[in-house]
Amino acid sequence: MSEDRGAHGGVTPGHYYGHGLPYLSIDNYPGRIIAIEGTDGIGRSTQIRLLREWLEVRGYGVVETGWTRSPLMQPTIEIAKSSNTLNKLTFTLLYACDFADRLEKEIIPALKAGFIVLADRYIFTAIARAGVRGIDREWIRQLYGFAIAPHLTFYLKIDADALARRVLERGGMDYWESGMDMKAGDDIYENFRTYQRQLLKEYASMADEFGFRMLDAKKSVNAIQDELRRQIGEFLGSDSPGRM
Amino acid sequence: MLNTLITPHNYPGKLFVVEGIDGSGKTTQLGLLAKWLTAAGHRVFVTEWNSSALVKAATKTGKKKNALTPMTFSLLHATDFADRLLYKIIPPLKAGMIVLADRYTYTAFSRDVARGVDKQWVRDLYSFAVQPDLAVYFRVPIDVSLDRLMARRVKLKFYEAGMDMGWSSNPVESFRLFQSKVLSEYDSLVNEFGLSVIDASGSITDQQRVFRDMVSRSIEPPAKAHEVKS
Repeated sequence: MSEDRGAHGGVTPGHYYGHGLPYLSIDNYPGRIIAIEGTDGIGRSTQIRLLREWLEVRGYGVVETGWTRSPLMQPTIEIAKSSNTLNKLTFTLLYACDFADRLEKEIIPALKAGFIVLADRYIFTAIARAGVRGIDREWIRQLYGFAIAPHLTFYLKIDADALARRVLERGGMDYWESGMDMKAGDDIYENFRTYQRQLLKEYASMADEFGFRMLDAKKSVNAIQDELRRQIGEFLGSDSPGRM
Repeated sequence: MLNTLITPHNYPGKLFVVEGIDGSGKTTQLGLLAKWLTAAGHRVFVTEWNSSALVKAATKTGKKKNALTPMTFSLLHATDFADRLLYKIIPPLKAGMIVLADRYTYTAFSRDVARGVDKQWVRDLYSFAVQPDLAVYFRVPIDVSLDRLMARRVKLKFYEAGMDMGWSSNPVESFRLFQSKVLSEYDSLVNEFGLSVIDASGSITDQQRVFRDMVSRSIEPPAKAHEVKS
């Protein structure tokens, strides 16, 4: 078993974490991957919308990719979720398949063409969810060895209590976000807090490993956006096509 | 990382697997074996590669639009396998039944690698599988398998013929190129995973005799319910 070939930290951004796709070389592609991670209801999509606007004004081509949005897998994932036939292993593999489809059909072509790929969640959500559900942590990292290490990964950090209030204000707790598939009981509020607390712990344990840049999700939308723009602007540096 | 594919299982049941390229005759052999085992009083359950309802929709969409890449092809089959392992393979093994699998992880190891997926990655992927009590590889030359498929007037399917690789637009030629790579992967699995080999170019009856010999060495006769001690 080659332990060092999975999705672990210490990999140069823009390269495969592990074995990768041997039939698809991605050397020297000009695009960039910026991933925004964070648990459910944390405000990722708002931040991505604002970022896209800002980047495009500055002259960057932007492509968005989001979790379970592949045309190949979306219908299957929806059916599987609604019919409750998923177990933790098939759940994990379906997500990986969705990611693989988007990687090859959306992300890699965009990188090749020089776009900035804004990823609304990347592989880290899948790794965190699988870890909480008792999937072997080494196995899931090997599985995602075909993923490309993002250039920047931001993590919107929050505690379980603040998250619970925010999600309730937004319109309620959903079955999957509450980890109800883990069959801890019928109390959705308690399940949500227990599940999200475990999930947040799992994310936290991955922060160093994968070089997350932490952002305080309790700050205002604008304050978070300013911080994102500052760090992304610094990373992209002087090659902005918008500079005259 | 726990690798149960290379660790003997402790279930009371038995898992027998057949492997081989299309046209090797493995399904015929498995069917005859099932008849024999059932007639001898064993409780038998048969499971086929890529047959779970869960991923049927995605496989169908992907195949229809020829939209599958080697990686999504591999992951879809792994999902199907995981689903069948947990619902169709492990429960009968726990119940002490005989499970007969028409293709197993070795199909993925040979096909996916022939398509260019990393060898070690796909082995790690399937490390959650149950180790078979016996895995028989029906080895056959490409020409024999092609003759058999043609004789049955089988239309070579897009992915089975490896047409997705774009090596040849002629289905027969593509099948020959792709399945040759699959064959050489299979051959390397024999030592790696201790597969038993049966020469599949011989007569059906001869092969079945050898197959039954192999199987009887790893099972005990079923307890006879009607036997009365005098």
